[in-house]
Amino acid sequence: GQKMSLSVLESMGFRVGQALGERLPRETLAFREELDVLKFLCKDLWVAVFQKQMDSLRTNHQGTYVLQDNSFPLLLPMASGLQYLEEAPKFLAFTCGLLRGALCTLGIESVVTASVAALPVCKFQVLIPKS
Amino acid sequence: MLVTLERGCHQGDELGLGLPSFPIDWSSELFTLTYGALVTQLCKDYENDEDVNKQLDKMGFNIGVRLIEDFLARSNVGRCHDFRETADVIAKVAFKMYLGITPSITNWSPAGDEFSLILENNPLVDFVELPDNHSSLIYSNLLCGVLRGALEMVQMAVEAKFVQDTLKGDGVTEIRMRFIRRIEDNLPAGEE
Repeated sequence: GQKMSLSVLESMGFRVGQALGERLPRETLAFREELDVLKFLCKDLWVAVFQKQMDSLRTNHQGTYVLQDNSFPLLLPMASGLQYLEEAPKFLAFTCGLLRGALCTLGIESVVTASVAALPVCKFQVLIPKS
Repeated sequence: MLVTLERGCHQGDELGLGLPSFPIDWSSELFTLTYGALVTQLCKDYENDEDVNKQLDKMGFNIGVRLIEDFLARSNVGRCHDFRETADVIAKVAFKMYLGITPSITNWSPAGDEFSLILENNPLVDFVELPDNHSSLIYSNLLCGVLRGALEMVQMAVEAKFVQDTLKGDGVTEIRMRFIRRIEDNLPAGEE
């Protein structure tokens, strides 16, 4: 049902993210700090895909990052607030995969989820397990 | 859970982001790769190429019935008086606006109810090769659905189909457009 289709969308996003990752400027492959990679996702990648930067990046410095977009472009066409909350996941799953795919190409395995409290604000949570 | 609806992520420290450092131009790749991922997924979901073609057409139709509003709002073109004007608007305004290409218009039928759009290059098929076991797949069939859906919303029933495809080894990609009839009914088209 819904869960299946969300994971299908996520894997599509993952493949696209991986392929896009292979087309990044070479300098990006030389990031030494995990934090630099996350900042790169928030700035350069987000601008390349959505023509805007992520609005905030938070971390607990232990592998959990929360990326917040206060006006996520894929949610903007819908009424803001709670009316379409249930539909929101369909519009976020592909992007979660995209982030995970780009991270994968940059050498980082991650779990990316998204949460929405009210449209069009959404948070992407990136978990990078410590090996 | 992949996507949750509740609040409740860790707060943690906020980090300053600054400005982008690495200009990336993914504009065409993102579109092409996303379309490719869509077609790949449909090929997994449906057992044969014909069903994928139908699904692409249906999806395109649903896009077209909405895209026309965006097009009319952004292009400021007035009502077309005949099919020739329609052809011009499709090739020179619509294709340019959405795909960045301007197909040429050729092969008008004597009655003026059929023409061909010749696409020298098709942005949807950059980096794409059709595997051998998908010889009946009409990879860009979404476009035909979009054309059909958009024109239906301006009271034209048309048929659009690929008659040549560079993916199949042809020299160019050719979409044949045929005017079927004027739609008098003013009710909005339902979703198929």
